Formats: sequence, C-alpha cells, structure tokens
Amino acid sequence: MTMTYAAKNLTTNGRELIAFRVGDQEFCVNIMLVREIRGWTPATSMPHAPSYVLGVINLRGAVLPIVDLSARLGMKPAEPTVRHVIIVAQVKSQVVGLLVDAVSDILTITDDKIQPTPDVISSEFEKSFARGVLAIEGRMICLIELEAIFPQEEREAA
Amino acid sequence: MDMNEIKEIFFQECEEQLAELESGLLKLNDGDRDPETVNAVFRAVHSIKGGAGAFGLDDLVSFAHVFETTLDCVRSNRLDPGPEVLKVMLKSADVLADLTNAARDGGSVDGARSRQLIKELEALANGEVPPASAAPVEPVVKPVAAAAPPPVNDEGFQPVAFSFDDFDAPEEPPLMEMPVYDIVFKPKSDLYAKGNEATLLLRDLSRLGEMSIHCDMGALPTLDRLSPESAYFFWKISLATDKGEDAIRTVFEFAEWDCDLEISLVSDETAPSGEELPMQPVPFDLSILDDEPAVSVGVVEEEEQLAAQQRDIRNAAVSAAGTASNVLQMAQSATRAPTEKPAPAAASAAAQSAAAQQAAASAGTPTIRVDLDRVDRLINLVGELVINQAMLSQSVVENDTNGTSSINMGLEELQQLTREIQDSVMAIRAQPVKPVFQRMSRIVREIADMTGKSVRLITEGENTEVDKTVIDKLAEPLTHMIRNAVDHGLETPEKRLAAGKSAEGTVRLTAKHRSGRIVIELADDGAGINREKVRQKAIDNDLIAADANLSDEEIDNLIFHAGFSTADKISDISGRGVGMDVVKRSIQALGGRINISSKPGHGSVFIMSLPLTLAVLDGMVVTVANQTLVVPLTAIVETLQPEASAIHSFGSNQRLISIRNSFCPLVDVGRILNFRGTQANPVEGVALLVESEGGGQRALMVDAIQGQRQVVIKSLEANYTHVPGIAAATILGDGRVALILDVDAIVAASRGQSLKPEMSLAAVG
Repeated sequence: MTMTYAAKNLTTNGRELIAFRVGDQEFCVNIMLVREIRGWTPATSMPHAPSYVLGVINLRGAVLPIVDLSARLGMKPAEPTVRHVIIVAQVKSQVVGLLVDAVSDILTITDDKIQPTPDVISSEFEKSFARGVLAIEGRMICLIELEAIFPQEEREAA
Repeated sequence: MDMNEIKEIFFQECEEQLAELESGLLKLNDGDRDPETVNAVFRAVHSIKGGAGAFGLDDLVSFAHVFETTLDCVRSNRLDPGPEVLKVMLKSADVLADLTNAARDGGSVDGARSRQLIKELEALANGEVPPASAAPVEPVVKPVAAAAPPPVNDEGFQPVAFSFDDFDAPEEPPLMEMPVYDIVFKPKSDLYAKGNEATLLLRDLSRLGEMSIHCDMGALPTLDRLSPESAYFFWKISLATDKGEDAIRTVFEFAEWDCDLEISLVSDETAPSGEELPMQPVPFDLSILDDEPAVSVGVVEEEEQLAAQQRDIRNAAVSAAGTASNVLQMAQSATRAPTEKPAPAAASAAAQSAAAQQAAASAGTPTIRVDLDRVDRLINLVGELVINQAMLSQSVVENDTNGTSSINMGLEELQQLTREIQDSVMAIRAQPVKPVFQRMSRIVREIADMTGKSVRLITEGENTEVDKTVIDKLAEPLTHMIRNAVDHGLETPEKRLAAGKSAEGTVRLTAKHRSGRIVIELADDGAGINREKVRQKAIDNDLIAADANLSDEEIDNLIFHAGFSTADKISDISGRGVGMDVVKRSIQALGGRINISSKPGHGSVFIMSLPLTLAVLDGMVVTVANQTLVVPLTAIVETLQPEASAIHSFGSNQRLISIRNSFCPLVDVGRILNFRGTQANPVEGVALLVESEGGGQRALMVDAIQGQRQVVIKSLEANYTHVPGIAAATILGDGRVALILDVDAIVAASRGQSLKPEMSLAAVG
C-alpha cells in the first residue's frame, strides 16, 4: 500500500512543501530548498540595504543575509522577537535566511492539488512569485517561488 | 588512478619542466655556460617529449623532438648558444608551453608560428653540424673496450647468455645480411628508481630482430654489502637488426639518462668478436620478463650444482631489475647462494657509489602534491577554530569575573596554539612568486618583439612567498603593467641612444616582504611620465580643472583614472582605454595599494603593496552608531581624540580637523554608511587618520575604539552582494557578524563620489 502510494506519488510529480505563517497569511515553499530552520538572532545591519534586508548573521562561519519576508511580500515589516523563526533556504547559488512568524506544517501534495492563482491578484509583483494556492483543512496556503522573489540577474546587474 | 589523473599529473609536471626550461634558457642568455644548465634544459624538453609520447600528443612530441635535437647540438658543443640562438630557443619554449596548454585544454595553437620555429630550429641544428642525421652520433666503441673490466669471479662462474627464442612475437628468421649490433646496457639505480624496467627495455629490443643477451653479474656484492636499491647487473646484447642504430636508441629513449649505453656496429655476419665468453643461446622463458620475478628460469648448464646457484642469482638479478618491493625474495635467493663472493673491492665500491646516489636522491626536501580544495577546507576550519576560541574566551571573561587562573591559563595557551596553527596553515598556501615572474619574462619578450624595442627583464626576490590566491590574481595586473612599461615606458632604441642611454631598456621586477605585506616593484629606465601630457589629457577629459594646482605626485597618480591612456596612438599592446585604472582596481580588490613615482628621463617605478594572505586581516574594532565595524589596521596612520578647538567648519556641511597645523577633512563614518541621519559630534568620538590610495589623508570619525584584533575575512558576496563602503565581513568573539570597512571607498565617497546604494537582494523595481 505504502509502496504503491509512493510510486504513485513519484509518477504524478508529488512533492513535499514546508508551510509557514507570515502575519495572518500562510505560505509554502518546496522543502528541498530549505536547509535548516533556526531561531532568531540579532542581525548586524547593513549600510545601504533595502528595507526588507534586516542584516547579516553568522551561520556557523558563513555570513547569512536575513530577509524580512513580510516586508518583502509587501506586508507590514516584522518586529523580530525570539519567537520568530529563520528559514535558511537555498536560492540559486546563494543561501538566504527568511524571517517568518512560525513554521506551521509539512505538506505532501500532488500537483493536481495546486489551484491556479485566483484572478484577484492585481500587482505584477505578487503574480510573479505566487505559483498557486492550496486548500488544506479549510486553510488557504499560497505556494511561492523563492527564485522569483530574489531574482539573481537583477542583483548581478546592480 | 585512471588515465585522466595520470594525464593531469603529466601536465603538472610539464609546467614544472617548462619553468625549468625557461629559467635554464634565461641563465644561458645571461652567459651561463655550465654544462649542467644545458643538461637541465635538455632534460626538461626531453621529459615533456617522453610524457607527451606516452599520451599520444603528436604535435607536442614532434615539436619537442626538433627542439631537443637542436638543444642536443648545444649540449655536444656543436652549436654555440649565442644571443640569436637563444632568442629562437626562448621562442620555442613559449611555443612548447602553448602546445602543452593546448593539449591540456583542447585549444588550438598558432600552427604557422610553430612551423616557422621548427624550421628555424632545424636550421640551427643543421647549420653547424653535418646535416646527415639529426640524431646524436656517439663515438663508436668496440664492445670489449667499452665494457667494464671483465667480471671478477672467484668461483669461475660463466655469465650465461640467453636468447629470446621462445618469444611469441612473429619471429623473423635471422637474415644473414642483417647488420649485427653490440649493445652494452648498464642501468644505474636511478633507472629503477624512476620506474623503468630493464626487462621491458630488453623485451622491446628483442622485437627489433634476432638477439642474444648476456647478463653480467660480476658487480654483485655479498649479501651484507648488497644495497636493495642499487643496480649491479649489466647486459651485453648482440642484436641482428635492419632497423638501424636509431631504432635501438629509441628503445632506450626514456632510460637514456639513467644508464650507460654503448651501441656499436659489428661487421655483418660476424659473431661478436673479442668476446671471450661462449655465447651459447640458451632457451629462456620470456614470461619472466612479464610476470613475477620468482618464476624459475630454465637454464642449461654443464654443472648441475652451479646451475642451481646460477638460477638463484638470476632470480636475484631479476628481482633487482624489478622494483625494490621484492627485496625479501632477493634476499632469500641470495642466502641460498652464500658461496658466491665477488671481489670485495668492487663490491664496496659499488656499495659506496650506491650510498652516494641515495644520499643525492634524498638531498632535496621531500614534497607532496595536495589538492587545493583540501588546503582551503583546512584553512576554513582553522578560521572557525579561531572564532570559536575567541567566543570561548569572551564568554569565560563574561561569566567568570574572578578569573580562575587555571581556566585563564588554559585559554591563553589555547589562543597561542590556535594562532600558531593558523600561521602554519597559512604557510601551506604560501607560494613563491616565481611562476608569475617567469610568465612576465615571456610577456616582455613578446612585446619587445612587437614594438621593436630591446628589453631586458631583471627579476629579484622570486622566492618571496605569498598566499596562492594573491599570486593567482597578481598575474593579470602585472601583465598589464609590464606591457605598459615596455610599450609606453621605454623609448625606442634610437631615442634611448639619443638620450645617452644604452639601446637596451631595462625593466626590473622585484618582490620583497615588508612589515607583513609583500611589496612588488616594477621599475623601468624609460622616459618617465610626461607630466605635461598627462595634465593636458586630464584637462581634456575633464578629470581636473584647467587651473588645478597639482603636485607632481598627484599628476603621476592621474594615470590611474579610468579611460586614461597617454600613448599617442592606440597600439595593439596597450592603450585601449582600459589601462591603469583596471590595474589599480584589481590590486585594490586584493586589499593592496599601488603607487607610482616617476623621474623624467630616468623612468618610472610602480610600487604595489599587497597583503600576504586574503584569509585574515589585522583590524581595529570600532563602534559607529551602535554598530561594530572593523577598520583594516594597514590603512590607519594614527588615532586621535579631537578637541573642540581643532574642529573647523568648512563650507556648508564640511568639517576639517587641524592636525599639527595642517587641515584634514573629517569624515563621519556613521553618516556615510547611513547608520545615522545627522553628523555626530566629533568631540565625543575618536578620529582615525587614514591614508587612502590616490594620496590624501582623511580623518574618519568613529564613536569609540574597542581594540585591535586579527579577524578572519568572510565574503559578503557569497550569499549577499557587494556593499559599497564595505570590503568584507568577519565574525567577532561574540559570534556576531561585523563589517570590515573599505577605507578607500569611504574616502572616495567623502570626496563627493557618492556611495551608490546599489540594487541589492532582489530590488524589484
């Protein structure tokens, strides 16, 4: 039974997602991009950084930039507390820490569960990172694409 | 180990050989006539040819072969290595390097150039030698005279002759008209040490025709004098072949240096004359040449007892001919022949020479090749260790105010040890600048050729060591500067003569250590900087105002501005607009500084000062607007506590500080980095007097100094992006990230070139 489920899971392009809360909304990203999840530590602020970059922290010897996902997604900037969580994620060749309110769930879904993004989203920016929505136990979770949120080309062009 | 790895090693060795070749040729160019230098040059080309042959790199082999042939003429004093000859040879070395690179990276080379050089080399080889054959012709020596003194043998042993009758290669019936060669093949222990096999050579030889072999064991000492790594045997070979002497030499090509080889042509059909020992071909199992030496040998002897001993000795012989790994077996064989006692004198002589050879072999410092990644990993780990140690010390200090002496002492020792480990690990990466300097001599040659100038490059301090990353990144700016020096700095020979200088220009490249940094100087004895021209050009390009009052030094430093080239016409070599500004930027990217000083008519000197490593930095830890920053210690000239009376407002929002009666602009670091909105009160803070590139001092205002510390440099770019005004990051004792200030960028920003808040981390707009 498990075997057949797993096999089906693979063939229908099933995937695991990690869901988290930012403000009063829930989002999820592909779990394969997540390296680790850790608690908030004060960051060293960076000069001339965009407002959503909170600064950099020391991740076992590597310098890790921390992005306030709330501010990045156009919501109210977070006021980090010890209860906030940093999701350390791989975005292309770089590793970035995403500040979120809490990690809520790990979801195993198949692609057919992903509904297209509703038409109400007006901003180009929101359209660019929203990859669809999921209905899980009465909640709505928005699947987002990290690479769309941090497009590398523009950074290199900068 | 697969083929690619072996090939990689070959290319690494090629690089070493090419370096050897070039330095040898340059020595010859300087008038060195030491035969050993010529030999070293010859060996380098020979080794490359040998290895290239093994990998089937035909282009490389054919060029190396011609080169080698010409070098052989020099070696045998048939060609005098004059300047003209050496010019061709240096060019050939360059082409050889190109061919090697092409073979490795799959690129292509200028075929016309190598063909042209092949012609020139051949002309040289033929010009002064009989054009009959390019191959070296050794004086013909009769075998008896050539052979070592007849083996002393108390027991009346007769050396056994054996032939390759059972050899399974297509057998050619011995043709009576085939010339017979007598070959004496005397391996030295080096031959085996380098992994050559006498047996394999002999087998290859047997393919050339009908041959009989006679092994001379006369030099074999008694067991107690036997050195397992020495060669005691030699072979006398009688070979009937129509392939000629060259073919025979080809067999020994790779071993030529490590054996005495005598080849002589015996008159046709005649059996080797003067051979006192009966050469009875004996059936000989060739498998011994391929398999374990332990395989017994079928020997037909008249006296059975002797035959048994002979067999044992033969085993020993083959063992020795194999690698030294079979020492035990050889020892066993030799034990079974205890009666055998060669003349002690010969034996001790052999032992002595063997010992001498071993001593010579082990004289060089042993080295290993290590993957750079492994070293880098080690360096990273040590960096972590240093940070952790600092964190540990800090938490002990914070938690244990009493300072239990044993803990503190332990920590102090730990600190000392980590510092020592760090230094040692850094030393692993330290490499002499020699390879880069050697590359420069080629650049000088090429540009001198192109511009028709005569240039001599003198290098000093080639063995100065610096971190490998620095070396790797040094080549590009240095190349650029050398090009500039030859192209713009030096005058044409006519102008030089007119100015009373020698026609040949000199470019001097020196490296030395000075106060924890490496200083590289590039000096030319050319015309120096034409300050009028530079000034005019700067005015034309709106770099300075027409009436600007600039010191000579400031004018000289104008050449580091972007888009500055004073060459009247844009040449192929330099002067394409990307000039010294690129050089300056790459030097700065390395944490280095560059300066120029010039004397009209006497030339210019570029002085570069670079950090020895890019991994650590001595810094001053300061506080600015509640942020901890690190200022590189090398930039700081002095620190001072400003007094209110020393601060003078200047213009709308500039402030100057008077230091010993000179005024220096005051720069608020917190303001420039946008850490605070208003300018801090200078009296409450500390001023760091810094010196930046392009001259000029600035006083950087910080809130407080925490102390001096060695910090491990961490890249910001790896996960983030370049931040203007910030050079890199580091991790302090409390585990937090601190930013390292880019003093030059801060100073530039204070001059009005704004620190552009570059788009960073997904600035979607």
